[in-house]
Amino acid sequence: MTAVEIVFVLLGVVALGAAVLVVTTRQLVHAALWLVVSFGALAACYLLLTAEFVAWVQVLIYVGAIVVLLLFGIMLTRAPIGRSDDLDSGNRVAALVVAAGTAATLVTVLVRAFRTAYVDLGGDPAGSATAIGASLFRVWVLPFELLSMLLLAALVGAIVLSRTDIGER
Amino acid sequence: MTATALAAAATLVPFGAAVVGMLFGRRLPFGAAPIAVLGTAAATVLAILVAVDVAGASSSVWESSTQLTPTGMVPITLGVRVDSLSATVAVMVTVVALAVQVYSVGYLRGDQRYSSYAALISLFTAAMLTVVLANDLLVIYVGWEIMGICSYFLIGHYWEDPPTSAAAVKSFLMTRFGDVGFLFGIFVLGMAAGSFRLTDVLTAVPAMDPGTVLAGTLLLTAGIVGKSAQFPLHSWLPDAMAGPSPVSALIHAATMVASGAYVVARLYPAFEAAPATLNVIAVLAVISMLGSALAALATDDLKRVLAYSTISQLSVMFAALAVGGRTQAVGHLLSHAAFKALLFLCAGAVIHAVGSNLMADMGGLARAMPVTFVTMTVGFAALAGVPPTSGFFTKDAVVAAAFGSAAATAGLVAAGVLLTSLLTAAYATRAWLRTFFGAQPAGARPADGTAHEAAHEAVHEAPWIMLGPLVVLAVPALLLGFGALRLHELRPELGPAVLSVALAALGALAAYVGWRRDPAHEPATALGRLRPVFASAFGTDDLYERTVAAAVMRLARGVVGVDDQVVGRAVTGTGQGARRLGGVLRLTQNGNPQFYVTGVLAGVLLITVGVALLS
Amino acid sequence: MHVAYPVVLAALLFSVGVYGVLARRNAILVLMSVELMLNAVNLNLVTFDAYLHDALHGGQALTLFVIVIAAAEVGLGLAIVLLVFRNRQTIAVDALRELAEPEPAGVDR
Repeated sequence: MTAVEIVFVLLGVVALGAAVLVVTTRQLVHAALWLVVSFGALAACYLLLTAEFVAWVQVLIYVGAIVVLLLFGIMLTRAPIGRSDDLDSGNRVAALVVAAGTAATLVTVLVRAFRTAYVDLGGDPAGSATAIGASLFRVWVLPFELLSMLLLAALVGAIVLSRTDIGER
Repeated sequence: MTATALAAAATLVPFGAAVVGMLFGRRLPFGAAPIAVLGTAAATVLAILVAVDVAGASSSVWESSTQLTPTGMVPITLGVRVDSLSATVAVMVTVVALAVQVYSVGYLRGDQRYSSYAALISLFTAAMLTVVLANDLLVIYVGWEIMGICSYFLIGHYWEDPPTSAAAVKSFLMTRFGDVGFLFGIFVLGMAAGSFRLTDVLTAVPAMDPGTVLAGTLLLTAGIVGKSAQFPLHSWLPDAMAGPSPVSALIHAATMVASGAYVVARLYPAFEAAPATLNVIAVLAVISMLGSALAALATDDLKRVLAYSTISQLSVMFAALAVGGRTQAVGHLLSHAAFKALLFLCAGAVIHAVGSNLMADMGGLARAMPVTFVTMTVGFAALAGVPPTSGFFTKDAVVAAAFGSAAATAGLVAAGVLLTSLLTAAYATRAWLRTFFGAQPAGARPADGTAHEAAHEAVHEAPWIMLGPLVVLAVPALLLGFGALRLHELRPELGPAVLSVALAALGALAAYVGWRRDPAHEPATALGRLRPVFASAFGTDDLYERTVAAAVMRLARGVVGVDDQVVGRAVTGTGQGARRLGGVLRLTQNGNPQFYVTGVLAGVLLITVGVALLS
Repeated sequence: MHVAYPVVLAALLFSVGVYGVLARRNAILVLMSVELMLNAVNLNLVTFDAYLHDALHGGQALTLFVIVIAAAEVGLGLAIVLLVFRNRQTIAVDALRELAEPEPAGVDR
């Protein structure tokens, strides 16, 4: 195994472990914090895969915005701080079975498909801001603009949904 | 026109009159009466023409027929058979029907159902003529059944009255019960002969296996016993008197009930080839004639007396047939038709005038209703066999036939007929005396609940439209015997004649003495405790109700129960089962979205794994 | 690097996300699990972008797009969760049973 692979495996363990903790911990706020750890590890993975722009965007948006939003949501819904025992629903066993099945299926298929595939990480850094920016504003400009519309719509929708001074319609 | 064409026309004209009367009778400005009367009159004329043809010709049988479309089994022919027997009886049927139609115009004046009544009488006439004139057993059966249904409708003319509709249903069910045997008898004889045509059946009889002939004739006897109200299927006839008197005169005296005897006479070679059947008929006839004569002696309702008398006289006809006296039986059939129809029509006039069926409410009518008195006297005299009425000649011929017969049952039959003639004279005299003599009862006439019998303020004679037919029928009742002297079988023999007249006189005398002695002028009180037993026909009706009717009702209740519990429950159970299955499926719709997503993902997984494994 | 490593990691992350969606009662935890699933998808996209040396950088561009959409989705999702909390005073997903099919009333014979 190369050095890259070893580092990747370590980062993967961290990400996976944090994710498992997100879905099993009994403390709601801890789950959000473990989510941060998982996102961070993934950002590091992106760096290893030479996608540095994506890695920074991941940190910015996911860790910076989304987790903050989730924390706000936890606060506004009077979520229990500290240990609470009813964070898991009655569906646990079926969920475990389905999740295990999904994992088994996906891993089997993917391993068998890509047994002999190798990523060549040399060459030009394909994930630099220059390259991505050029690609975004040339090839992917239309989806880019549409996404800005989407964000606007989401913004307006979120405001309308959470206004308390709009009566029942 | 040929005799067969005339005969076919005679059958179809009343049928046409029935259809026209049923459809248009009410809407015509002059009412339904002319259609009915003219139709029946035309049939009468045609029947007389046919009879004249037969009498004047040398050959005895004419036949013309067409085969119906082949059915793949024994062929059925549609046609007419004209011989002396059928021509004579056809004339009798049409004349009586005409008299009844004319009488009904007066009797049912103001009745709102008159047009359907007249149409049904025409239809009945057509059906009876079918039975008389057809040459195919199955066509005879068709006419037989149509007569039965017309009888049902006509008995139930006043169907708003529950006992009347019950009587109609009873008559229909009892005769139908016998008709099942009749149909099977026809099948047996027809299949054995290879054809249903009368001539074919009769020519095939000598070649048939005796067992087949016996079976066929015994089955036919079942139907005949039902239709002619012989023991054991006799109890419908007295109850059928709930219908109007003209109906009783036509159907339950002269024609339908006599059709049984007619069929035996028609198929006589077959019956002669099965002596056991004739013996059975003889025994049933003797039982019927004595039992019904005793019942007529005991009952107080005038029409029931005449009904039991009809049963008794029919038994005399059957007894004659059983000892080989075919001509004598047919002769008695014709004279009985005349005097019994006369008696019923007269009874209708009397009941119409008095407002009650019971003889206790009658009496002293001889002065108030002279024409009715004279004609009814003629009728009673013919019934009792007083010379020189037609009843005397024909009954005496039957006695003579019994004396001269070599059949096994001849002695029994002779004794029975003689005893019956004594009883007949007794009850005829009783009825005559109680109706016309004695004091007219004062006081209110009982409301007998039957809306149709109008109570008059003073008893007076019936209108001439009702009296005309009475006079017309009295003529053959009185004089038919002389016309019958042409046939040597019907000429009286000294010994039997004297014996029967003596017995009749004895019976009449006993009734007269009883009438004089009893303060209420009721000779039957001399019977004492036996009177109710006789009047209820020895309790046969009660027996049937307790055994047959109760068993059938139990079975019917069981069937209803099965339908409710088993069939109904199967249906509702299907619904409940579907509901329950739905309830099971509803468990998956618990509203928990995680449950739903779990299901979806599990399904996707399974499909993926399946595809991966199977391809 | 062997492609299997990132790809398997993505698959496992996805499965963990599935477990979280199906097993957690709090609606916000469900949203967090959805984010995990989206991240797994992103990792996959980036891996294949690197593996295939995509000239258009489609994988990374799509990753960016997924991130944006995830952000929009979390925003709206939380707004909905807040509304539910305002009306029901709870955000347990198994307490919201309006989709259930009740026993029909008036069952006759």
